[in-house]
Amino acid sequence: MALMGFPKYTIKEGTIIFRGTDITHLPISERAKMGIGMSFQRPPSIKGIKLHGLSELINWDTGNGKNIEYYAHLLKLESFMDRDINLGFSGGEMKRAEIFQLLLQHPLLSLIDEPESGVDIENLGVLGRAIKKLLHKSDRYHQRKNAGIIITHTGFILNYLNADKGYMLINGKLTCSGNAREMFESIQKRGYRECQDCFKNR
Amino acid sequence: MSGLLQEQIDERDREKLQNVGFDLEEKERSATFTLMNHDEVVTTKKEPGVELISIARAVEKYPEIEAKYLWKLVEKGKDDYTRSAAGAEKLAGYFIRVKKGHKAVLPLQACFFIKAERFKQMVHNVIVMEEGSSINIINGCASADYVNAGMHIGVTEIYLEKDSYLSYTMIHDWSEEVEVRPRTGIRVEDDATFVSNYISIKRSKITQTNPHCRLVGENAVGIFNSLIYAPESSIYDVGSTVWLDGRNSRAEVVSRAISGGGEIIARGELVGNRKEVKAHLECSGMLLSEKGYIQAIPILHARHPDVDMTHEASVGKIAEEEVYYLMARGIPEEKAISLIVRGFLDTKILGLPAFLEKEVEKTINMLENAF
Repeated sequence: MALMGFPKYTIKEGTIIFRGTDITHLPISERAKMGIGMSFQRPPSIKGIKLHGLSELINWDTGNGKNIEYYAHLLKLESFMDRDINLGFSGGEMKRAEIFQLLLQHPLLSLIDEPESGVDIENLGVLGRAIKKLLHKSDRYHQRKNAGIIITHTGFILNYLNADKGYMLINGKLTCSGNAREMFESIQKRGYRECQDCFKNR
Repeated sequence: MSGLLQEQIDERDREKLQNVGFDLEEKERSATFTLMNHDEVVTTKKEPGVELISIARAVEKYPEIEAKYLWKLVEKGKDDYTRSAAGAEKLAGYFIRVKKGHKAVLPLQACFFIKAERFKQMVHNVIVMEEGSSINIINGCASADYVNAGMHIGVTEIYLEKDSYLSYTMIHDWSEEVEVRPRTGIRVEDDATFVSNYISIKRSKITQTNPHCRLVGENAVGIFNSLIYAPESSIYDVGSTVWLDGRNSRAEVVSRAISGGGEIIARGELVGNRKEVKAHLECSGMLLSEKGYIQAIPILHARHPDVDMTHEASVGKIAEEEVYYLMARGIPEEKAISLIVRGFLDTKILGLPAFLEKEVEKTINMLENAF
């Protein structure tokens, strides 16, 4: 949220540099235009704005309706296109709509906040595959242009795509970094406490 | 455009008329009524099942209608405005009758236009929907660009006989100092449905209206939707009152009101008199400016234990999280706000046939520059 520029977060120290540009004080929409996108954990619903209408506005490939159709199909959102954004959507539907919008925006850096929360296993598969596409995970390494930061509490998303690197954030502090899958397995076995202790003893 | 209409409407008034949904070409309309100040023109009658004549002509042609339909649903002595309309020298307005069983394919359009400074336009309209008939009527009310002050008093009496359907849409586009005082009465019989759509998103000095609708028949339905935007220094006092007298009758009043600095009083009053009636009232307000004021007054009266009546009212500023959400998609702040405001004035709530909804949407988009 701070990287995206939400005003309720104040930057006390330091600067945010994105692709060589200081964006610390840029408005949200400017950052989005530069290539930062965000999938919201709890997106608001907006009355009277249809998913389809918004899709056309944010589609990076302006005027390409096929693009919209393709991603709507990929995220099984065809029947939601004529509905008010997020209004009455289930948890999984909201998350699908978030990733759908990101795919249309085509950001260089995607900030994905808890893609698994409130999502059932079936939806998780759909989402996992779509995020993989969004972050160019299936492409050859040197062809990959899009990066992402995924915030996860459960780690389930790792079953669908591998992260290049995992970071542990406990009480607002970066405590550990390493192989995401290894860290995830260790937490599954021994909980967060061990990570905390390990950090203290360093 | 017919020759008659051509003579009446000069170039500079065209845009104003199009703003209020008036189809100058009359391609998609079954009939057209225009009132310029007090000059009436009736043109293009494509459907024999739809009768449209001036009210003065109607009273002359069918003497019985005066006793049957005039001043029956609106009281002459109700207030200063009805009294002045009752005392008007000239009877201006339309008489519309949709014949028994006729389902009109095309909508009928009417336009009330003030094109002289300080003109006091007084109108008396009567609509009779005979048994089993149906139609869409679009009323565009506007004043010319070069008019600053004026007054519009419109008395309208609407009769829906058994099993008929009327969708009645009004779009307003007045000038800064124009006072607007419509006085409307509606009577709905068995299985008939009346839908009112009221759209006003431009400046006027004061608009005050509160149609009185009596659902007298069994299964009668009354639906009142309004989309209002009040710019600075305008006053809107708008609402509807519905009496649910018929068994199993149903009423719905939905208003979306936005103040861009103006004052809005959104009223809704539902009276449940019989068993098994169902009524819902919904007022949503949005304040965009600190200068604005919105008062929502929902009132429910229940006179039978077996009624189902509900209301919802909410007033607030534009939701910041919605603005930020759209901004995070790369939409600049100003555009995000206008999208949300525009979405709030959702034409989907109007329940219009698709092609009409599109037209109304176009109209609102044209007026969108207002906010």
